[in-house]
Amino acid sequence: MSNNTLTVEIWRGREEGKFDTFEVPRMASQTVLDIVTYVQRNLDPGLSYRFACWVGVCGSCAMTVNGKPRWTCRTHVDKVADEGVLRIQPLKNLPVIRDLAVDMTEFFEKWTKAKAHFVPTATRHDDFAQVSPSDPKRKEATAGIECINCGVCYSACDTVAWLGDYLGPAALNRAWTLHNDVRDGGQSDRIKAIAGTGGCQACHSHQSCFELCPKHLNPTASIAGLKRATAKAALKGEI
Amino acid sequence: MTPERAETLEWLMQRVSAMVLAVCVIVHLTVIVIAVQGGVTSKEIVARVGGSVPWLMFYSVFVIAVALHAPTGLRNILREYTSLGRRQTHWIMAAVCILILVMGFRAVIGLYGLGA
Repeated sequence: MSNNTLTVEIWRGREEGKFDTFEVPRMASQTVLDIVTYVQRNLDPGLSYRFACWVGVCGSCAMTVNGKPRWTCRTHVDKVADEGVLRIQPLKNLPVIRDLAVDMTEFFEKWTKAKAHFVPTATRHDDFAQVSPSDPKRKEATAGIECINCGVCYSACDTVAWLGDYLGPAALNRAWTLHNDVRDGGQSDRIKAIAGTGGCQACHSHQSCFELCPKHLNPTASIAGLKRATAKAALKGEI
Repeated sequence: MTPERAETLEWLMQRVSAMVLAVCVIVHLTVIVIAVQGGVTSKEIVARVGGSVPWLMFYSVFVIAVALHAPTGLRNILREYTSLGRRQTHWIMAAVCILILVMGFRAVIGLYGLGA
């Protein structure tokens, strides 16, 4: 690497593949997504990757950067290329479609399996629900609500790597926010869906999801809440 | 009982048994540290623990807590590191539980009997 260029190693292929090395010009405030885009537009048009918004909202550009999953559009090269080399790979724990693009189907199927969707109880004839922002349950829900489904936590999770049917931090975090939503009508089905094999009890509390979540959410804390909720439900015979 | 309830209660049992074990291990180690200050012989151990109902009760609780705690953890490890199914890991869990109970109570009752 010279002062004006950065050595970038990018994964090419699927599960089997190799790293291609590129020299990319350095620029001020350059992000990892800028680097990948430069390579695709100027050095190798065949490079596959995924992005959309470029501003940290859509959650589609996550990749493994120097060994850790990151949202690449908001990850500055200065912060991660400490050795002067950038090694970019697809997210772990998900099947690779090609190069840096992974198949997110399994990630979203588990979201569905955890019944991590809102079940409305009100009709159009009902007035708006009155929910105080200072309500303890609402505070719990608010703390976890800003997930952008980027898959960083899922990629960082050891339990996902070890236990194929583990629902993962993102789906469980969403289940926790809904568990604390007083308007939701799917509580009993959901608590059953997230208990048992592959459910919240499988979490080892390693906290990689918390450490690497780009939105600074704490899925480990959400999962701990679900563990308490499922334990209460099991003691009462509700599941 | 639903599988979800059974799994959750097993998880809870492992946590509660861990709390019991924490107390048991502290008592066990504290007594050892105090006892070995001037050296310790098997005679002294038998004199202290053998025939003592409180120590019999204490180590019985210890063994039961281990028998409940360890198999659940072992089952989780087997699930994560092998392709064994739910049914197989349950049988292994039951076998390990019985093995710990038999070996543990053999030692506890044996030691009690030496001083009785």
